[in-house]
Amino acid sequence: MDKNLTIGQYYPADSVIHKLDPRVKLIGTLLYIISLFLFHTWGYVLGVGFLAVMIILSRVPFLYMLRGVKTIWLILVLTMVFNLFLTQGTILWQAGIFKITYEGLSMAVQLGIRLVALILGASIMTLTTTPNKLTDGMESLFRPLKVVHVPVHEIAMMMSIALRFIPILMEETDKIKKAQMARGADFESGNLITKAKAMVPLLVPLFVSAFRRANDLAMAMEARCYHGGEGRTQMKPLRYESRDYVALAVLLAYFGASIAVHAALGW
Amino acid sequence: MENSITEENKKEDRDIIRVDDVRYDYQTYADDGEEAEVTHAIRGVDLQIRDGEFAAILGHNGSGKSTLAKHLNALLLPTEGAVWVTGMNTADDEHLWDIRQNAGMVFQNPDNQIVASVVEEDVGFGPENIGVPTDEIWTRVGEALEKTGMTAYREHSPNRLSGGQKQRVAIAGVMAMKPRCIILDEPTAMLDPNGRKEVIHAVRELNRKEGVTVILITHYMEEVIHADRIFIMDEGKLVMQGTPREIFSQVEKLQELRLDVPQVTRLAHLLRKDGLDIPEGILTRKELVRAVCRIAGLADRHVERRGTAADPDQVTVIQDQMR
Repeated sequence: MDKNLTIGQYYPADSVIHKLDPRVKLIGTLLYIISLFLFHTWGYVLGVGFLAVMIILSRVPFLYMLRGVKTIWLILVLTMVFNLFLTQGTILWQAGIFKITYEGLSMAVQLGIRLVALILGASIMTLTTTPNKLTDGMESLFRPLKVVHVPVHEIAMMMSIALRFIPILMEETDKIKKAQMARGADFESGNLITKAKAMVPLLVPLFVSAFRRANDLAMAMEARCYHGGEGRTQMKPLRYESRDYVALAVLLAYFGASIAVHAALGW
Repeated sequence: MENSITEENKKEDRDIIRVDDVRYDYQTYADDGEEAEVTHAIRGVDLQIRDGEFAAILGHNGSGKSTLAKHLNALLLPTEGAVWVTGMNTADDEHLWDIRQNAGMVFQNPDNQIVASVVEEDVGFGPENIGVPTDEIWTRVGEALEKTGMTAYREHSPNRLSGGQKQRVAIAGVMAMKPRCIILDEPTAMLDPNGRKEVIHAVRELNRKEGVTVILITHYMEEVIHADRIFIMDEGKLVMQGTPREIFSQVEKLQELRLDVPQVTRLAHLLRKDGLDIPEGILTRKELVRAVCRIAGLADRHVERRGTAADPDQVTVIQDQMR
C-alpha cells in the first residue's frame, strides 16, 4: 500500500496562503462559506472573483483543485437538473411535461456556482495546510469551549494521533490481507454480502492489533509525563505575524463588501 | 518523614534506583470472568542501581523482567515492598511526574511509542508535557537529536525511518526530558541485526559521554557484554548478579536458566571442557584469540624443545576449533 499517502490532501508549495496561520485560514473559510449563502444574482461575481484570486495566490494547480469537485459531480448535476426543470415561473421552453423556466435556469446556475465555490473554497484550506497545523488551529480556535467542558485539547490530541497511525494501520491491513490470502481467503469474488463476510477475518485481527497499539501508546505517553493539556507548553505555538493581520483585514473587507452588496444592492 | 528520606538518601548516595523486596501480583480471569487466579510476577526482588552505571537485566520470557522495568518509573506500583527513584518513592503520587522525568523509558515496539508525525515534534513531546518553555524545548530537541545522531532526520516522518532509527528517535525523545536514567525495555527485540547494533551503540555513547544511567532489559546476550553489571531474573526472582565476566563464567548455570551465552563464551567454555587451559568468562573474540594463541605458542615451544608435541590431543583440538 502507498506509504507516502497524504491524508487530507495537502499540496506542498511555497505560497502566501501556505504560510498563513491555520486559524486565519479556518476563519477565512468560514466567512467565505457564509458569504456564498448571502449572494443572489450578481453577488456571485464578487465571490467567484475572490476565489479566483485566492486560487492564484495559493499556487495550487487549478486542475489539481478540481479533483475535489469530481467527488460531488453527481450531487451537482442532480441539484442543477432538478432546479432547472422543477422551478415554477416564466416558461422559456417546454416539451411535454418538461419545461424550463427563467427562474429555474437562474436557480440552477446559482446553485451550481455556489456548490463549486463551496468545495473549492474549502479545499484551498485543506490543500495549503498540513493536517497537523489544521489540528493545532482548531485546538486554538475552540479553546474557549473549555469553559463549557468540551475536552478541546484531548480531541485535538486524538486527531493528531489518528493522523499518525493511519498509514501504520493501512500497512497492517495490507499485511493481514496478504497473510489471509496466503491461507486461501478470498476477498474478491462473490456478491456484496459474501464480500462483507470475507472482511471479518481481516477486521478482527486489525481491531485486536489497533487496541494493542493504543494500549502501548497510552503507556508510552504516560511514561513521557503526558497528563492532559494542563501545564503543557508547546514546541511550535501558533503566533500571528504581520501577514496574518493583513490577511484578516482582506477577509473582513471581502466579508463587509459581500454584506454591502447583499443589503444595499440586493445582489 | 521528609527527614528520614534525605538521610537515607545520603547514606545510599550512589544508588539512583533502589528496589526493596518488591512483590507484584496480578489477577487473571478465566473466560467466564468468575474464577480469578493470582499470578506472582515478581516474588521479592532487591536491587540497587548506581548512578552512572550501565546495568542489564536478563531473563527468558515470563521471568518478570519487563514487569520489574515498569516498576522503575511508576507505571506499575509494587503490591509489596517499595521502589525508590533518586530518593523518591514511586508510590508517592506527589512525585509521579518527577520520577517519570528522571527515569525515562523506551519500549519494545518502535511504532507504538512515537506520538507525532514529524521526528522533531515527537522529540519535543516529553518537554512539552513537563512544561518546558518553547525556546528551551528547541534547544533540548536539537541536543537530543545530536546525541542520538538523528539530526539529519529531524523533519522526516517517522513512518519512513527504519526500526533502528525509530528507536533512536524514541531515545532522543526521552533524552530531551533530561533524565538521570533511561530504562530500555527490550528495545531491540523487533529490530534487525543492524538496527540492534545502531541502538546499542547509541545507548552506550549516552552512558559513556553523558553519564546517563542505563538499565537495559534484553534477552540478547551480545548486547550486555559491555554492561557494568548484569542482573538475571527467573520466575520473578533475582537469581544471579555480577559483572559480565562473573556471570558468563557460569555457563552451565545460565543454561539451566534457559539463557544463552554469547557464542564466543560458549566456544571458550567448550574448549575448556575439552581440557584446554582457557580462562572462564571470555567475552570477546579478541580475548579468545589471545588465549588460544598463548596455548598455541606454548605448544610450539614445547615442540621445539622436545621434538614432539607434548599433548597432541590439545593441538588437534585447537586446530579443529580454529578451522
